[in-house]
Amino acid sequence: MRRRDFLRTTTGAATLLAAPRISRAADSKVLRFVPQANLANLDPIWTTQYVVRNGSLLIWDTLYGVNSKLEPQPQMVESHEVTPDFKTWTFRLRTGLKFHDNEPVLAKDAVASINRWMPRDNSMGVNIKKQLDALDVVDDRTFRFRFKSPYPRLLFALGKSSTPCLFIMPERIASTDPFKQISDYVGSGPMKFKKDEWVPGSSAAFERFAGYEPRAEKASWLAGGKRINFDRIEWQILPDASTASGALQNGEIDWWETPSPDLVPLLKKTPGVMVDIADPLGNIGSFRINHLHPPFNDVRVRRAVQMALSQEDYMRAVVGDDESLWKGLPGFFTPDTPLYTEQGGEPLKGPRKYAEAKKLLAEAGYKNEPIILLVATDVAITKAQGDVTADLLKQIGMNVQYTALDWGTVGQRRASKEPPDKGGWHIFHTWHAGADCVSPAPYTALDASGSTAWFGWPKSDAVESKIVEWYQAADPVAEKKIIGDLNQAAMEDVVYIPTGFFKFYQAWRKNLSGIVDAPFPVFWDVSKT
Amino acid sequence: MLAYFIRRVIATVPVMLLVALFVFSLLYIAPGDPAAIIAGDQASPDDVERIRASLGLDRPFLVRFLEWLWHVLHGDLGTSIFTNLPVSHMIAQRIEPTVSLMSLTLILSLTFAIPMGVIAAWKHGTLLDRAVMTLAVFGYSTPVFVVGYLLAYFFALQLDWLPVQGFTSITEGLGPFLRNLILPAVALGLIYMALIARITRATMLDVLSQDYVRTAKAKGVAQKGILFVHALKNAAVPIITIVGIGFATLIGGSVVTESVFAIPGLGRLTVDAILRRDYPVIQGVVLLFSFIYVVVNLAVDLLYTVFDPRIRY
Repeated sequence: MRRRDFLRTTTGAATLLAAPRISRAADSKVLRFVPQANLANLDPIWTTQYVVRNGSLLIWDTLYGVNSKLEPQPQMVESHEVTPDFKTWTFRLRTGLKFHDNEPVLAKDAVASINRWMPRDNSMGVNIKKQLDALDVVDDRTFRFRFKSPYPRLLFALGKSSTPCLFIMPERIASTDPFKQISDYVGSGPMKFKKDEWVPGSSAAFERFAGYEPRAEKASWLAGGKRINFDRIEWQILPDASTASGALQNGEIDWWETPSPDLVPLLKKTPGVMVDIADPLGNIGSFRINHLHPPFNDVRVRRAVQMALSQEDYMRAVVGDDESLWKGLPGFFTPDTPLYTEQGGEPLKGPRKYAEAKKLLAEAGYKNEPIILLVATDVAITKAQGDVTADLLKQIGMNVQYTALDWGTVGQRRASKEPPDKGGWHIFHTWHAGADCVSPAPYTALDASGSTAWFGWPKSDAVESKIVEWYQAADPVAEKKIIGDLNQAAMEDVVYIPTGFFKFYQAWRKNLSGIVDAPFPVFWDVSKT
Repeated sequence: MLAYFIRRVIATVPVMLLVALFVFSLLYIAPGDPAAIIAGDQASPDDVERIRASLGLDRPFLVRFLEWLWHVLHGDLGTSIFTNLPVSHMIAQRIEPTVSLMSLTLILSLTFAIPMGVIAAWKHGTLLDRAVMTLAVFGYSTPVFVVGYLLAYFFALQLDWLPVQGFTSITEGLGPFLRNLILPAVALGLIYMALIARITRATMLDVLSQDYVRTAKAKGVAQKGILFVHALKNAAVPIITIVGIGFATLIGGSVVTESVFAIPGLGRLTVDAILRRDYPVIQGVVLLFSFIYVVVNLAVDLLYTVFDPRIRY
């Protein structure tokens, strides 16, 4: 090659590379969104992962949906009738409901979907199934629940946002064993899933479904008219926070669901980028204790840790020094929601009592046995909490064994009821979405039924009796009183220890409008200029 | 030669079998539970157990291994636990970005590294030699992700010339293809380039001190001819060896590069599968990588005969 040809070729290539990019997120009919995690499957009943729920909200509609006041509102349902004893509920579907294959949505589809959902929803579905006498199709648009005992909270169960949500699928899909994954994604919601474009771990695309008829009401979270202003919504999986941050700054993506807290100050300074709180219901950090084995089978040891635990230490480790992102939580329920209470929360308030904790440990007969602390080091939140816990336990004189694992291994090991020195455990950390902690119904972590409870298997008759009372509470005043007592009992028996309440940010390009704060990304009413 | 080739191809079968057995055993004893990940944080222990049973993960090791092997021998790599998609389909989706990245990296590395090594040897002891070697040490000792982030910062965020992430197929044009891939290829290629440049220099230094080079010089052969025709050809065997060995480094580096630049390739598929314990996918990808590595080694062995006629199989 002659020198002149070489120069001509390289200059041409450089010009081509540096040309303004046409692939930027400029098309106002396409939304490019980075979800919190990889969308590895799309069966919202088979798995309870939040990212799957979020994708499913585009594909499938629900019978009811909670609004921003956590009130269940009719969605696919036109009307319902309930007998005064709350034992018989009859629902009538809206007209014009269609699946993505243009088949009408019928009562038999709703019943099949409910039947698949019930055994997988440990928070409410299992309870409904236990109390159910019959679930019948009355006609093409009508179906009926008949309960053995009053069930006043049915609408919340049908419209709740916590996983698994009750999504309405065609009967042929909903007939799949709930413990086996579906592979047909014909939906009932505003967007169709483009299975042929799906590259798990990289991208997923949704296309507007022309046959979807939104409700007339204004949208509010899962309720109201789900009007989509985009022809396509493209999910790009960007596991690396720096890459996602760069892509947002560069305009290659429109919306990032969970920016890493350490990158938020940078994003706030970037022109063209907006940052705001993502979910007003936030999250509750969890110090989960194994109640089956010594020394934590003794409530005094659990209380010793509780009185020394500083929520501020945990929250600063989890979200940093941005105080608008966290607060102390001397209770179990989500702050700023109707049932929030601090009754019995004194052990988590005020200066921490290290000396008293040591004394209580000695009283309980703790003799420096090793404490197995499982820490998922690949998840920033659990790693931060684990580090604080290791320090806390040392401060009160406990012999902590920091066991660094990845989340997949913690997920396996926490299910073991074996003694800690034989492959079991004493403590692990996680966090609960605030949306799951608004009442005892979706709150599996507060279940204190012993061997059937969530990992750690706490047993507290006082807590369990209050949960039963709450289900039968007649009015909001009685409900509030019961929840106060429940909170106190759970604190006294130390079902688990909340490590604080924290929120995350979301970030988006300024040419997007209509983004609301919610426990999940709300795509309806968002538009792009 | 043909007999040797056939013998080597046949020899890949037991190698692949051993790899398969090793990987399967490793995954079996490794902690972690895909059922717990699928079930999610809200699931009860009973739910996790039922999912595990439905996936067949509660069956004995030997039964699972033989079943998997039987399917592999029939060309079926199985189905992903998480996506419910065939592993072969997932690999097919991801192979183009990885092959593109590795090919471009290979082209860039060889294009720059070999001349750099040759020139450094030719100008041995000069400032140019030291500059090339400093660059090589820098390239070899700087982690791929650091180079990746720095390149993205300057060329994408500061200069706004190139995108931060993504992949565009070559079928959509050479320009978009290169725009997405040039930074990852440079980031990944730096270590490879350093390796090849250093070996080329060392081998060339040895060759340039040989008698026949002196003879060529005495006969008045041009410097370019001596370096690139006579000397380089004789230095080719160690260089080809290191190119082959470095291929493994390239495969390892592609995992990191694909994560940093969000390239939907096999590297990211492997990492995702390992984190989730998606056993069929891990087994499929490792088998594929092993096969590629065996093929590369075979190609290297055959190339020896091209550059050194004294080598005969």
